[in-house]
Amino acid sequence: MSLSSLAIVNMHEQISAALQLLPNYLGQHTLLCASSLSLGVLFALPLAVLAARRPRIRFWVLSITGLVQTVPGLALLAMFYPLLLGLSDVTRALLGIDIPALGFLPSVAALTLYSMLPIVRNGVAGFVGIDPAVLEAADAVGMTPRQRFVRVEAPLAAPVVMAGIRTAAIWTIGTATLSTSVGQTSLGNYIFAGLQTQNWVFVLFGCIAAAVLASVADQLLGLIEVGLSAGKRGLTCLGVAGLAAGFGLTLIPLGAVTATGYVVGAKNFTEQYILAELISRQIKEAGARAERQENLGSAIAFRAVANGEIDVYVDYTGTLWTNVMRRRDLVTPAQMQQQLTQWLAREYGVVLLGSLGFENAYVFAMRRDRAAALGITSIADLRQHSAQLTLGTDFEFLVRPEWTMIKNTYQFDFAVKRSFEPTFMYRAVLDRSVDVISAFSSDGRIASDDLLVLNDPMHAIPSYEAVVLISPKRSKDRVLMDALTPLLGRISVEKMREANLMVDRGSNKASPQDAAEYLARSIGLRELRAASAP
Amino acid sequence: MSSSPLIQVSDVCKSFDGGRTFAVRNASLAVAQGAFISLVGASGSGKTTLLKFINRLIDPDTGSVCIDGKNTVAMEITELRRSIGYVFQNAGLFPHLTVGENIGMTPQLLGWPSVKIAARIEELLDLVELPASYATRRPATLSGGERQRVGVARALAARPKIVLMDEPFGALDPITRDIVGATYRRLHNLLGLTTVMVTHDVQEAILLGDRIAVMKGGRVIALDTPRALMAGNQADDVIALMSMPKRQAEQVRVAIEPSDSQHA
Repeated sequence: MSLSSLAIVNMHEQISAALQLLPNYLGQHTLLCASSLSLGVLFALPLAVLAARRPRIRFWVLSITGLVQTVPGLALLAMFYPLLLGLSDVTRALLGIDIPALGFLPSVAALTLYSMLPIVRNGVAGFVGIDPAVLEAADAVGMTPRQRFVRVEAPLAAPVVMAGIRTAAIWTIGTATLSTSVGQTSLGNYIFAGLQTQNWVFVLFGCIAAAVLASVADQLLGLIEVGLSAGKRGLTCLGVAGLAAGFGLTLIPLGAVTATGYVVGAKNFTEQYILAELISRQIKEAGARAERQENLGSAIAFRAVANGEIDVYVDYTGTLWTNVMRRRDLVTPAQMQQQLTQWLAREYGVVLLGSLGFENAYVFAMRRDRAAALGITSIADLRQHSAQLTLGTDFEFLVRPEWTMIKNTYQFDFAVKRSFEPTFMYRAVLDRSVDVISAFSSDGRIASDDLLVLNDPMHAIPSYEAVVLISPKRSKDRVLMDALTPLLGRISVEKMREANLMVDRGSNKASPQDAAEYLARSIGLRELRAASAP
Repeated sequence: MSSSPLIQVSDVCKSFDGGRTFAVRNASLAVAQGAFISLVGASGSGKTTLLKFINRLIDPDTGSVCIDGKNTVAMEITELRRSIGYVFQNAGLFPHLTVGENIGMTPQLLGWPSVKIAARIEELLDLVELPASYATRRPATLSGGERQRVGVARALAARPKIVLMDEPFGALDPITRDIVGATYRRLHNLLGLTTVMVTHDVQEAILLGDRIAVMKGGRVIALDTPRALMAGNQADDVIALMSMPKRQAEQVRVAIEPSDSQHA
C-alpha cells in the first residue's frame, strides 16, 4: 500500500472514531449552550428593560456587561473554578452541601455572563428605538403601563432583541468549546485532544461540528426573528419548533448515560490520556463503570481529586512535592515518595497508591547539532551561552517552582522564553525557532526526534515518578484498589515512550485507547473482554 | 352656549423647565356639548399641551380640567382616556398590529366581546370610507390619507363623546386633507361628537370648526365664531392670524390674474 493510501485509511479511521464520540459531545455541547443562553436571556432581558428606562443605569449596565465581554473566554471559565471552590467552602460550612467546581457549573456560569452583552445591548436599542408617538398612542387609547409593555413595547422591541439573542447564540456555541478545559465535555474535546495528540482530523472535526451547530441555531433563531418582525406567526412557530426538535434530538444520547461510575481524571497531554484510558480499562475489567474528565491543568487536577470531583488520576512526585507540598529541598526519590504518601493522606486524605514504574521528569533537551556546535552537554553548560539562547516551554513550566530551582541552582536565565502547546514546542526546537525546550523524559518524541537530553549535574530538578492518586471518598474502595494494583511498578519508561509515540507520531497514529491497550498487553495484562454488558 | 360646558379647562399652567418659561400660562377654555372647536396659534403657543391636559397625557402644574362637571384628576386615568378619542398627526398607529387590531384596541381594553369588536371594526371602516378588506392589512401598506382614516376610526371605536385631534390632517397633501377633513366633519355631526382640534392651518380651522380658540404665549386670547373673530374690536394678533386666509386668497387671485382688464 502506498503512503498516501495509508494516510487516507488512517484519516477514515479517525473520522469514524470522531463520529462515535459525536452523540455525547454534541449532546453535552447543546445542553451547555442552551442552558447558558436561556439563563443569559433570563438575566439580560430585565436588565435591558431597566436600562432602557433609566439612562443613568443604562451606562453602568452596558459598561459592566461590555467589560465582561473583554475578558477572554478561557480566562472567564478559569476564573469560576476558584470562585466556586470558595463558594463550596462556604456552603459546606453552612449547609453541608458541596458545589461542584468543575464541569457543568463553571461552564454555564461563564457562558451565561458571556452571552449577556449582545442581548442587553440589543434589548436597550430595541426599547429605546421605539417611536415615541407610538408610545403616546398607547397611552392615549387607555393602556395601563403593563398593557403598554406587553402589547406595544415588547412586540416592537422583539425583532431587535432576537437579533441580539442570535449573536449571543453564535458566541456561546463557539466559546463553549473552551469549557473542555474546566472538565466539561463539549465539542471542544475534539479540538483539545486533537491539538495534544497532533490529530488534525479531530481538530478540524471539532471546528466543523461547532460551526455547523452554530449556523443551524442561527438559521432557526433567524426564522423566529423574521417571523417576529414581519408579524408572521407561522415562521416564528417553525423556528421555535425547529429549535425544540433539534435540542431534543441532541439530548437523546445523554439520556442513555445513566449511573455514574468512577471518574478518571487526566491532565492535558498524551501520556495522561493513555494512562486515563489504561485506568478506565482496568476499572471496566473489574466490572465497574468509568468516565473521564480530561484536559485538567496540573493544579486543578490535584484539587479535583482532593475534592472528590475525580476519583483517580496519575500525577508525578516532583510536581506534588514542589507545587502541592511546596517543598524547595531535594531528597532521594524513595524518601520523596514516602513523605508524600504520608503528607497527602494526612493533609487531604488522598491516597498515593504507588508508582507506575517510570519517571516523567522535566528535562532540558536540544537538537544534537545545535548542542554540539555550542559544546553543550549539561544544564551547567547553558550558562555561558544563555544570553543568546531561546527557551521553549509548555504553558506551565515558567511559573513552576522547578524553573525557579534551576535558575537559582545554576545561576542563569535565557535571553528569550516562549510558551507553546507541547506539540508545537517539539516542532519549535526541530525547526530551530527555539534552542532549548523543557521536554518530558517519557515523551517518545525525544527519541524519535533524536534530541539531546541535558544532564543535571547539580540535581536541581526533583524526581518525577508517575504515581496513582485516589480521592478521599474512594480511599477504602477495594474494587478500585484491586483494579489498579496490577499496574503498579509495571510500566517502564521505554514502554511509556513507545505508547506515547504511537499517539504522537506524524503518520499511522494510534488513538490513546489503542495505545493503552498496547501498553496493557505489553505488560502482560489480560486482553479486554469485548464490550462486556453492563 | 349652554350654561354648563362639557369640557371646562380652568386657569391651567404648565412649565417644562421648572418654572423659567411656561408652555401654558393661566389658560381657560370652555367647550359646549356638540361643539367643534379649532385651536389655532403659532408653533410654541401651547395649543398641543392644552389639548393633552384634557385626556391627561400631560397634567397641568396648576388649574383644573373638568368633564361633565367632574374633575379629571379624580377619575381613573385609563378610564378617562378610553372614554375620549384621540387622533395623532401621523395617525400614531401601532405598526405591528393590523388595521383591524388598531381600530379594535380600545374596545378590547374595555373588554368588549370579540364578536362585537369585529362588527364595530367593520362598521367603522365603512364610516371612514375604507373597504372592509383593509382590516387585515398593516399600517405600513396604507397611504397617508388611509392611515389617518384608520386613526380616526380608532379614536371613534369605543363610542366616545369627545374627540381630541392634534394636527390630524397636517401631514396630508392638500387634496387628501380636504377630503378626509370633510369626512370627519360629517362624522362629527352624524355621531353628535364634541371635538377639539389643534391646527396651525387657519383656513382648515375656519372650514371645519364652529368656533375658533386663538392661543398666544400659552394663553387663550380669543374664542368665538370665525365670523366674529374677523370682525373688528379684536386684538391685533387675532386679526393678523384670522385674516391670513383672506390675504392669501387675494394674493392668489392677483398671481393668477395678472391683468384685471383682460377679464373685466
